[in-house]
Amino acid sequence: MSEPLLEVEHLVQEFTVRDRGGAKAGTVHAVSDVSLELATGETLGLVGETGSGKSTLARAILQAPPPKSGSVRLRGVELVGLKRQKLFEARRQVQMVFQDPFGSLDPKWRARELVEEPLVAFKVGTRAERHKRVDELLDLVGLDPTRFGGRRPRELSGGQAQRVAIARALALDPALIICDEPVSSLDVLIRAQVLGLLERLRTELGLAYLFIAHDLALVKQVSDRVAVMYLGKLVEVGPAESLYREPLHPYTVALLASIPSPDPSASRRPVADTIRGELPSPIDPPSGCRFRTRCPRAQDICATEEPPLRRLGDGHLAACHFPVGAQESNQTAPALAGGAHDAATD
Amino acid sequence: MSTNGVGASGPGELPAGGGEAGLSTDGALLEVTDLRVDFRQHGSVVRAVDGLSYAVPRGRTVGLIGESGCGKTVSSRAIIGLLPETARVTGSVRFEDQELIGLRERRMRAVRGKQIAMVFQDPARSLNPTLRIGNQITEAIHLHADVSKATAHDRAVELMELVRLPAAAERFRQYPHQLSGGMRQRVMIAIALASQPKLLIADEATTALDVTTQAQIMELLRDLQQRLGMALIMISHDLGLAASFADEVLVMYAGRGVERAPTRKLFEHVRMPYTRALLDAIPRLENPPHSPLTAVPGQPPDLGREQVGCPFSPRCPSVTDKCREHAPPFEEQEPDHRWACWHPCGLERTS
Repeated sequence: MSEPLLEVEHLVQEFTVRDRGGAKAGTVHAVSDVSLELATGETLGLVGETGSGKSTLARAILQAPPPKSGSVRLRGVELVGLKRQKLFEARRQVQMVFQDPFGSLDPKWRARELVEEPLVAFKVGTRAERHKRVDELLDLVGLDPTRFGGRRPRELSGGQAQRVAIARALALDPALIICDEPVSSLDVLIRAQVLGLLERLRTELGLAYLFIAHDLALVKQVSDRVAVMYLGKLVEVGPAESLYREPLHPYTVALLASIPSPDPSASRRPVADTIRGELPSPIDPPSGCRFRTRCPRAQDICATEEPPLRRLGDGHLAACHFPVGAQESNQTAPALAGGAHDAATD
Repeated sequence: MSTNGVGASGPGELPAGGGEAGLSTDGALLEVTDLRVDFRQHGSVVRAVDGLSYAVPRGRTVGLIGESGCGKTVSSRAIIGLLPETARVTGSVRFEDQELIGLRERRMRAVRGKQIAMVFQDPARSLNPTLRIGNQITEAIHLHADVSKATAHDRAVELMELVRLPAAAERFRQYPHQLSGGMRQRVMIAIALASQPKLLIADEATTALDVTTQAQIMELLRDLQQRLGMALIMISHDLGLAASFADEVLVMYAGRGVERAPTRKLFEHVRMPYTRALLDAIPRLENPPHSPLTAVPGQPPDLGREQVGCPFSPRCPSVTDKCREHAPPFEEQEPDHRWACWHPCGLERTS
């Protein structure tokens, strides 16, 4: 693969929880020792449920707020600890698109002004040049500038507003766009339209995406590689094809089993066989493997030793003592076909 | 793992739904005929529901599927009289032998929440944040049955166990904010079940939840439904969810029914291009990365304007002049399979 665009190493983000008196009541372990890499023009899908830390990770990459520890390098430039002006310049290359365009776009501004604003902030071109660029950008995302340029967000549909947000993110020619659930608030058909737009922009502009979503099927549709997060930890990373064909981590298996198939004759495996209970609190995450309290394969060792993220296939890594499928010569792995193996550990 | 010896003493076992009658409307629990809902706004009329007909057999699940604004929620609220005063509702909704449209509010209260219960998308907003969840469940029990405090308490714990809330007895004293979204939705379901309803309307009940939680709640609903013989109207935008959990699917567009059939038949022989478009827009696990999704252009029509022709015609890939001028009727065109289209998929003849 080409040179890494983004390198994240041992990133840790924690927040202090205080009680009413202001004394420290605990620490939220939002992101714990996450490392990942993204090449130019590559799409990395980041999957996880609420509270997995995927959005916190995205914000830590943008230094908003900066992480507690770890390193974030963008084209070799370390962002952690960078001075304000330098960081401002560096951020130009990374833009973000959020889930709810109506929440992320100022309701009082017109589409044209919203798209122009980053150009003004970075003092790009003359007024006339900027206006020309805004028209190009609106056109690029499939909005007719004369029809939609003067509209305010509430005069747009959800899909149109998200297109404005995307045009705004593209204004400064970024190399990387972090998409945080960019289509989750849209209707099915509009979602397909916006996904098609993101794909077209990727090939036309050579963009890299960090594509954050909870929907595994959707992530597969757009990603070259996929990373799965659970409770602040990366549990599995791999090329999209092999991760879906041969998931290694039991949590990935549970996520896959949760997707309702649009084929009524498909045999469904009950989700209850693949995951149980509720997400533990990130203030006091389980010892050892954080997934063990919900894992059907958990054994004693899972509570005492944290499984490292290790390479188990071609570019395919998982953090599990007893990976599913277990094709590698790991004599400790139980020969399970996966399923409701209930090891009563807790 | 599946230790659930709870249901036995659960909130009374209703007789299991009558037979495998499939779709036949005789003996239907709920029968909606030509339901129309208009909203008057600044002199214009918005036709939110425009002549909807369907039936829900006892103990079965009907999936109402469509995008935002297609009328799926409005039509189900019309059933239980939960629409604002500005709404004008006509048509007929028969529940058992009772006509619900035009029913006085006092009589409606004997049906709503009692025989027909509802679970909404956002459990955080449906629960009272200042009351312990146990009290909210017992309140629902007291509302529907004249029982002692102790009995209500016991039954509330039973209900909490029935919806598989872990550590039910301890949770009794917790507040909604102490629960996760999935657990709150379980509480909502427990409250809905307190009156032993014959019909449960689940309006996007799992949409706000995480994927694994969504699957758990859907499995719970299906299990409860089979155990209690309750019928279920499942309102969702997700055709995939309907494929997995509904017995029959009604696809709605622009306030109308556009395709309706038993689930398997519908997915095997999709006739309406809109249903096809919805299916094609769902990302599939079988697709390789970066494979394009078929995206139908455009947006749903403005329901404040008079509709001429088929409402899907501006977006439809098989559109002809006939579609733009005449709305196709929503009729049974194959056994148990209705659709509203002049050019149904898979049946196009060379002309």
